[in-house]
Amino acid sequence: MIAKYALRFAALGYLAMLLVAPVGFVFWRTFEHGVGPAWDAVTTPDALHALKVTLILTAIAVPANTIFGVLCALAIVRHRYPGAGVVNAVVDLPLALSPVVVGLALLLLYGRGGWLGGHAIVFALPGMVLATIFVSLPFVVREVVPVLREIGTEQEQAAATLGASAFQTFRRVTWPAIRYATAYGVVLTTARALGEFGAVSVVSGRLVGQTESLTLYVQDRYQAFDTTGAYAAAVLLALLAVATLLLMTRLKPKEGIQ
Amino acid sequence: MAASADGLSAAPGARRSLAPGLSIGLSTLYLSVIVLLPLAALSWKAHGWGAVSTPQATAALRLTLGLSLAVALVNAVAGTVIAWTLVRDRFVGQGFVNALVDLPFALPTIVAGLTLLALYGPKSPVGINAAFTRWGLLLALLFVTLPFVVRTVQPVLFELDREMEDAAASLGAGRFTTFQRIILPSILPAILSGVALAFARAIGEFGAVVLISGNLPFKTEVVSVYVFGRLESGDSGGAAAASVIILLISFGVLLAIGALRRWVTRHDR
Repeated sequence: MIAKYALRFAALGYLAMLLVAPVGFVFWRTFEHGVGPAWDAVTTPDALHALKVTLILTAIAVPANTIFGVLCALAIVRHRYPGAGVVNAVVDLPLALSPVVVGLALLLLYGRGGWLGGHAIVFALPGMVLATIFVSLPFVVREVVPVLREIGTEQEQAAATLGASAFQTFRRVTWPAIRYATAYGVVLTTARALGEFGAVSVVSGRLVGQTESLTLYVQDRYQAFDTTGAYAAAVLLALLAVATLLLMTRLKPKEGIQ
Repeated sequence: MAASADGLSAAPGARRSLAPGLSIGLSTLYLSVIVLLPLAALSWKAHGWGAVSTPQATAALRLTLGLSLAVALVNAVAGTVIAWTLVRDRFVGQGFVNALVDLPFALPTIVAGLTLLALYGPKSPVGINAAFTRWGLLLALLFVTLPFVVRTVQPVLFELDREMEDAAASLGAGRFTTFQRIILPSILPAILSGVALAFARAIGEFGAVVLISGNLPFKTEVVSVYVFGRLESGDSGGAAAASVIILLISFGVLLAIGALRRWVTRHDR
């Protein structure tokens, strides 16, 4: 009995010290003088512009990676072709790679003296979009692949035998089966895109009011000793994260808890 | 979430599922343009070993590896304990705690670093100042890597057959012996793959550590911060060289996880 309570105490204590207390404290500090100051801090022109940039990045990266994710999962699971193993490995790379390395790679490719340099890609929005797409690329693929494997091909073959075209088979048979996995992947992609910092930090050039996303804005405010502004923007990001978390819990298959 | 690299199980009869040319062609093109081309440019621009054998670079690499190993060890224990309480224990608010574990995945890393500095930084209300110290870096890395081991161990622990444990107990095994002989061997592969993911993440983490690090060379400068610093001072060759080392470590860890998964599947049959 004692062992049980000791384990519970250790687990909850660890989570409380590492996650709950720091995040809770920032929320408390942000709202200790009411909602007014926090609201003022996130509605300055720079903050609003940063929010807009973040939303633009997310609005481009998420649909692009969703379409790619489904196509790539189909390619990996349903077709045998040379190089499929490489594709499978490369898809995972953004999960393990440092965001700074991603940003640097984009900078060296599209920056001054790069192979594709000379266009206004780095230190501008297109570079930040590419960086966001890179880091949030694997999530839809990784959620859809196991489901495609699980459902097998019998129903698709049956549809094909009955004369359905490839597109009809996808729309009527495959898509309904992978719908929830795709949705879960989209939520993960969105969370990653909203919160990306390192890669975007390298390629943005950090022009305040121009190429500053909300995460860069948090760092900028903190380093300018404007803790009110930094905390308010951080809380805004955290609220978006909590919304994502609620969606994740909703969509995730319930398992692993008694 | 977990990176999987298991073998391909394509069904030969499924060629009609969606025009194969379309899905293969488009996804290969997309991957090449978004991922492979930039990484090729990075490797091309890396300026040999000279740039990474400077004392500052090796110090940054050594610190990063040491911290990542510490992160891996702490996560192996803490992650397993948390997974255990989520699966085997019962208490009010368990669902909330279960959702809470995913918070580090959803929360932007810069926010993670900021919240830790707020509570354990220079203006700490609890009197702990971990800013610009290695303890602070460790804390930040533990924050962002928390879910990995929990989320790999939890489903395995859930599926575990309890009859074996009951049998061990009825044969007189104590709690510890049962854990060591029956439970641990079953969940060890899951712990290892979670630990590997946490290790890879810790090697490259930037957002969570950038505010806490304070960029003190030889003291709190981890390799991602070092790369960023090189870049700011215009030495993109040196930055690229250090990046290629991070790239190789990450790729090595991914391959190791893939090998581990294949080994486990083979021994399950």
